[in-house]
Amino acid sequence: MADVLVCKDGEIAEGGVRVIQAGEVEIGVIRHDGKYYAYRNHCPHQGGPVCEGIRMPGVLDIIGEGGIFLQQDFDQKDIHIVCPWHSYEFHLEDGVNVCDKRIRLQKFKVVEKDGAVYINV
Amino acid sequence: MDTLNYRDLSVEEFDTKTLLAHAAQQAKQRRYEDFLIVDVDAHHYESDSFAEIVEYIEDPVMRQQAKYQGFGGTGIASGPGSYQNLNGRLTRYPKVRGEKTPPTPHRDITLTKRWMDSLGIDVGCMFPTPMLQLGTCPRIEVEVALARAYNRWLCENVLAHEPRIRSTLYLPFRDPEACYQMVQDFGDRKGVIGFTVVSPGKKGVHDNAFMKTWAAIEERNLALVFHGAYTWGGDQHAELCNRFIAVHALGFTWFNILHMTNWLCNGMPERFPKLRTCWIESGLAWIPFLMQRLDNEWMMRSSEVPLLKRKPSDYMREMYYSTQPMEMVDNKEALELTFKMINAETQLCYSSDYPHWDMDLPSTIYDLPFLTEAAKRNILGGNAKRLFNLEPVVSEAKVKQLAERNAARPA
Repeated sequence: MADVLVCKDGEIAEGGVRVIQAGEVEIGVIRHDGKYYAYRNHCPHQGGPVCEGIRMPGVLDIIGEGGIFLQQDFDQKDIHIVCPWHSYEFHLEDGVNVCDKRIRLQKFKVVEKDGAVYINV
Repeated sequence: MDTLNYRDLSVEEFDTKTLLAHAAQQAKQRRYEDFLIVDVDAHHYESDSFAEIVEYIEDPVMRQQAKYQGFGGTGIASGPGSYQNLNGRLTRYPKVRGEKTPPTPHRDITLTKRWMDSLGIDVGCMFPTPMLQLGTCPRIEVEVALARAYNRWLCENVLAHEPRIRSTLYLPFRDPEACYQMVQDFGDRKGVIGFTVVSPGKKGVHDNAFMKTWAAIEERNLALVFHGAYTWGGDQHAELCNRFIAVHALGFTWFNILHMTNWLCNGMPERFPKLRTCWIESGLAWIPFLMQRLDNEWMMRSSEVPLLKRKPSDYMREMYYSTQPMEMVDNKEALELTFKMINAETQLCYSSDYPHWDMDLPSTIYDLPFLTEAAKRNILGGNAKRLFNLEPVVSEAKVKQLAERNAARPA
């Protein structure tokens, strides 16, 4: 296991992604709300570049009393990584697929030290 | 000489007051200032302010959809809407518009070959996208005119220049005579490997008016393809659905189920025994359902379909099917049985449907553990070669890779 330098803190803009090649593995480092997340840039579905799509909040159906549908809403506390090939969605926090917990992205530990961002590969 | 007072309309900017200057003259001449005038039916073009109006949509998810899809045309309030690209979740739809291509060959050829090379595809059968919905246009003559224009354009600008791209041309299904004429006019063009019925068309495939068209396709040794599609607005069943997932999941299978059933119940495989049919973009799960359903009914009601000499499923096993979108979530056993039931090794043809949202890569076939290498190769290419009588063309990229591999091989 080695710490691989990704960038100086701030080099990745808020909402941005940097894809780095660590040996044979492509890793997407995502900056969201000032925090960094690192996942293998490989969708378990058909192998799409999962980190190169957009991030979107999860969608909720709002159901009222008596089972009445009221509206939909975005769950801003649950941001999803959306694979650009087929829209498979994964929770940004842990890389787990939103439909099937058995499917998950390979996650890498992000270390911030001395004004720089590293991932533990 | 006095200069005339004039307005040069080639440079004058549009102004409502100028357009209505004569109305203003009338108002003045009639002394409208002497009394009150009320207009009880006046309009404005609120679509020009749509970007402002969407901000007032209270449901945030619908607000996002409206911003993405827009209004009018194929916008959020139109019959089909623009839901295919998942409201911005799939980036290739908007971004490909800005992708750079050289002046030649035609941009369509360049872009198509880029994704074909990436996926490892040698020959692609190209279908339109928005024009798959032509059958929902209320004016049949518009469907016919656009279908002819599209087919002629495709033949002259794409198929004539790129041997790796072929097509089964669109038939304007609501006008049987125009379908026949299409086969006559375009059936012998370079790159034409068959004709396509886009399945939501509101005609029965067994209508006598189509018989000469099916015969003409059969005589030319071309294929007849039924391509799944959906309708939303204008279809009383689809209009009961409020989410695109429902419209798509049902629509793309339902219309092929409908046509296949009519095709069989009217004995078309017996009437046109050499006509090869292929059923496209409905996935695979519907086929075992329909085989079982029709066989069961046929055993009791064969008197209604005397042309059929064998079980409906026997005929279905001789037809061709495309793979995509292949249902493959937690169903390996069902998938394996489906492959067996449809004689996949000889009848199933790989299809990507790229660039659409539910596209499948060749690996969806190549990685299936229950297929032999020979079966995989048949499904990925060999069956289509037989279905379409294809003269195979290997991609330039593969020719180069093979040469490099051969050069690297020890003597």
